[in-house]
Amino acid sequence: MAKTLNERRRSSLFFRFHIDLPLLLGILTLMSLSLCVVYSAGGQNMDMVVRQMIRMGIGLGVMLMVAQISPFTFQKWAPHIFVVGVCLLVAVLLVGDMGKGAQRWLNLGFIKFQPSEIMKLSLPMTIAWFLSKYTLPPNLKNTLIGFVLIAIPTLLIAKQPDLGTSLLVASSGFFVLFLGGLSVRVLLFVAGAVGAFLPILWFYLMHGYQKQRVLTFLNPESDPLGSGYHIIQSKIAIGSGGLDGKGWLHGTQSQLEFLPERHTDFIFSVFSEEFGFIGVLLLLSVYAFIIIRGMMIAVRAQEGFTKLLAGSLTLTFFVYLFVNIGMVSGLLPVVGVPLPLMSYGGTSIVTLMASFGMLMAIATNKRLLASNQ
Amino acid sequence: MRRQKQHIQDHSAEANLFARRSIVALLVVFGLMSVLIVNMFYLQIKSYQTYQTRSNENRIKVQPVAPNRGVIRDLNGKILAANEPAYSLEIIPEAVKDMDATLLGLQEIMEISSEQVEQFKETIKYQRRFKSIPLKTKLTDQEVAAFSVQQHRFPGVGIEARLTRTYPYSDVLTHVIGYVGKINKRDLNRLEQTEQLSNYAATRSIGKIGIERFYEEALHGTTGNEEVEVNHRSRVLRQLNVTPPKPGTDLHLSIAVEMQQLAKDALGSKRGAIVAIDPRDGAILTMYSNPSYDPNLFVSGISQKDYSAITSSKDKPMLNRATQGQYPPASTVKPQIALLGLHKKLVTPSTTVWDPGFWKFPNVDTQRNFRDWKPGGHGWVDLEHSLVQSCDIYYYDLAYRLGIDEISPFGKKFGFGEYTGVDIHEESRAIMPSREWKKERTRNPWYQGDTISVGIGQGYWTSTPIQLAMATSVLVNKGEVIEPKIVTGTTENGVYTNTPITKRPPIKLSDDRYWQVILDALYETVNSPEGTARTAFAGAVYTSAGKTGTAQLFSLAEDEEYDEEKVAERKRDNAMYVGYAPYDDPTIVIVVAVENAGGGSSNAAPIARRMMDLYFALGLADKRTISDQIIQLEEEIDEPLDVVPTEENKNG
Repeated sequence: MAKTLNERRRSSLFFRFHIDLPLLLGILTLMSLSLCVVYSAGGQNMDMVVRQMIRMGIGLGVMLMVAQISPFTFQKWAPHIFVVGVCLLVAVLLVGDMGKGAQRWLNLGFIKFQPSEIMKLSLPMTIAWFLSKYTLPPNLKNTLIGFVLIAIPTLLIAKQPDLGTSLLVASSGFFVLFLGGLSVRVLLFVAGAVGAFLPILWFYLMHGYQKQRVLTFLNPESDPLGSGYHIIQSKIAIGSGGLDGKGWLHGTQSQLEFLPERHTDFIFSVFSEEFGFIGVLLLLSVYAFIIIRGMMIAVRAQEGFTKLLAGSLTLTFFVYLFVNIGMVSGLLPVVGVPLPLMSYGGTSIVTLMASFGMLMAIATNKRLLASNQ
Repeated sequence: MRRQKQHIQDHSAEANLFARRSIVALLVVFGLMSVLIVNMFYLQIKSYQTYQTRSNENRIKVQPVAPNRGVIRDLNGKILAANEPAYSLEIIPEAVKDMDATLLGLQEIMEISSEQVEQFKETIKYQRRFKSIPLKTKLTDQEVAAFSVQQHRFPGVGIEARLTRTYPYSDVLTHVIGYVGKINKRDLNRLEQTEQLSNYAATRSIGKIGIERFYEEALHGTTGNEEVEVNHRSRVLRQLNVTPPKPGTDLHLSIAVEMQQLAKDALGSKRGAIVAIDPRDGAILTMYSNPSYDPNLFVSGISQKDYSAITSSKDKPMLNRATQGQYPPASTVKPQIALLGLHKKLVTPSTTVWDPGFWKFPNVDTQRNFRDWKPGGHGWVDLEHSLVQSCDIYYYDLAYRLGIDEISPFGKKFGFGEYTGVDIHEESRAIMPSREWKKERTRNPWYQGDTISVGIGQGYWTSTPIQLAMATSVLVNKGEVIEPKIVTGTTENGVYTNTPITKRPPIKLSDDRYWQVILDALYETVNSPEGTARTAFAGAVYTSAGKTGTAQLFSLAEDEEYDEEKVAERKRDNAMYVGYAPYDDPTIVIVVAVENAGGGSSNAAPIARRMMDLYFALGLADKRTISDQIIQLEEEIDEPLDVVPTEENKNG
């Protein structure tokens, strides 16, 4: 019975092309919503929508390509990609292009890209590779090595400085450790250590504008025309949406440009203003659906490496979502994390779609264990 | 085999461990999602009203819309104060990031004086926030074009088309109409006190003096509102709702511009004033003070240079000589003194006095002689001759017998020493002297000698031309006291209304026939061969009556002769004339006061003649409608000296 089901699934077209249909449906739903909201937030600029569609098309292409790669290949290449990634991060700090007061871009002549994006995928792969070499849960020594592996790229990215990305990279690595069975004692110890690290972060590592963001976050009304403006206007946009919203293209906060960064980081505020609480619940349901599907793929995966990688990628996806919505609705400081699959923008969508490609590769590749046996 | 089994065990243990951890992770995920949802619920459902309001406050701005100021017209409907569109360069200070850079940039495009910049910066200090403040007004077409091309460089700066007050007749009517100017801090305080500040939210200028000031409330109208949607740069996107402003009331004067122009021409370079009123209702037909100045200079802020040119002139153009000029009335008040003599039965029309050319206190051994203007005197003089030939001795004697305690209250009944009630704030009470007044003013007692000069309208007695016009009207009206008014009609919502006539309690005499005795004498002054105004009015097509006056400003020693050539220009006699016409049914009373011009018969009466000639030539009497509404004031107006005139206490 189970076999026939498996047979049917394997024989389907989607399975053959390593596509996980529920995940794809979730992604396409978000992408369509994104196009609608970008159209509204960009002042009904069709060019913007077309550019976003092209990016999404590229993203979908990347996802399909990555999905065709065997998870075994990821495992084999993980440490090598990691080493290259770290080198590139160092290169960025030495010769990177400046943008908005931070060195994030590496110009290779024909293409400009952010090496930190590679690390978003490479770090969880590497730690999953490392942990799965041994029996889980990892012993203390391996746990420590894991934390060192996390710390290297996290600090390099934080130095650029790109607080948002370093946070995401660190959490993606941490999720692998957690899912791999990180002992509760170590977990508590880490929590304590992070708590102790915060003052150091504040006084030695954070830039003025980053501190300002945190201060503004703590009390946005203290500077309503300065840096608190974004948060206040965003909350007004969200709050004035009410139960059913002001309607598509009728959000006054966004249409009259009171809301900053409407089509990028604050796109959730536009969505909330125009579609209201009901819209927000539906949007979060779609996100929840993708996360549940991702975790299902992780649990069903038969190898330690694939389980850990799939789980980590899914949870990182949630962190994106949580940090973005948290920041635009005033729960978290503004750290510049886009809303995954919704925000207008280039690099992050490619990375994100690559991670979905990995998830699909894991979901549709179960022969690994069989061949090992 | 064992290794294989171990591996499978490990594998299932690992799978279990991973499943447990995944469930924990999912629980945390849903926990955090719940936090997001609860927060969204709080923002969108619980605090919806608050944020809804704040969102509307963001996008909806209520903009006040200024009403059109009422226009002012003359007797023939000619516009004396108009509203003309003019472009001005305006800045909303809150919308400008770097004000100094902006101002410098604007100065590259067009000429903006440092004075204009100063004024602008001064205005910012007290204007309400987000109100656009004019930097330069009355832009030329070239300046408008030059700025429009570069507008993108200057956020917060714009060109506004506004109605600007203009006075087409320039200096001919300045002292009547006054002018509007920028609202300053004092105006703001006054508006705040009278709770009118909100009505001026969009208004830029306010009446400063004259009719513009006195009728400010009526002329201004009611400010409307416009609800507009704005974007984050406060740019107006569309109109949501409008409450139109209610335009100000139009005012109609009984003044004819032609008469004003003639008054100006007739006075020429002489300082002085001409007032003409219609004795039937107190309507002012002419009110001109020379020299005058151009009120248009003040409308959008006068330059320091122009202002000091006006204020530093020793001819004092800003003084309204018609209502503020305090002149000794001289012989023009002899009719009132004569009337009081008749009323008090101290003289009869046939009582004669011997005039040897000087007068001495009877029964008192003093050296002082009071001289008649005519050396050698007029001989035996009765009442009529005393007026016709303006004999001084007759009035020295009469004043001596009346005493100041009779003259002073009687004079006040005619309006001397009191505000006339004219509808502008620039008015002086001048002086109707009394014992109390002198005591308070000089700390000296009243001497009998003081009374003697008062008898011929000299000494401490001063009056303004408008007071003389009012007092002469009282004679013409045989005791009816009517307050002079500049505005005689209003048009509100297209409906014309005559303004009511204000009457004070009439003067009652012991015998009503005495009025006619005086009027007959004034007729003779103009029409008899020996009358002092005969030459001036010879050949007139109308019959008029009047009284000349020559006010001495310079005390001559007893044996000194007055020689015009020798006396400094500023100390020469003032020429005065009061008159009215037509004699039978007067419609015009005229007062001419010319400073340092010499004798009244040859210097003031001819001007009155020219004015009357024009008045009849234009047929102005027939163009007037007399209001049938009368406000009868019951009590005499008696104000303390230190009260500044306001609209309320001037109107009783």
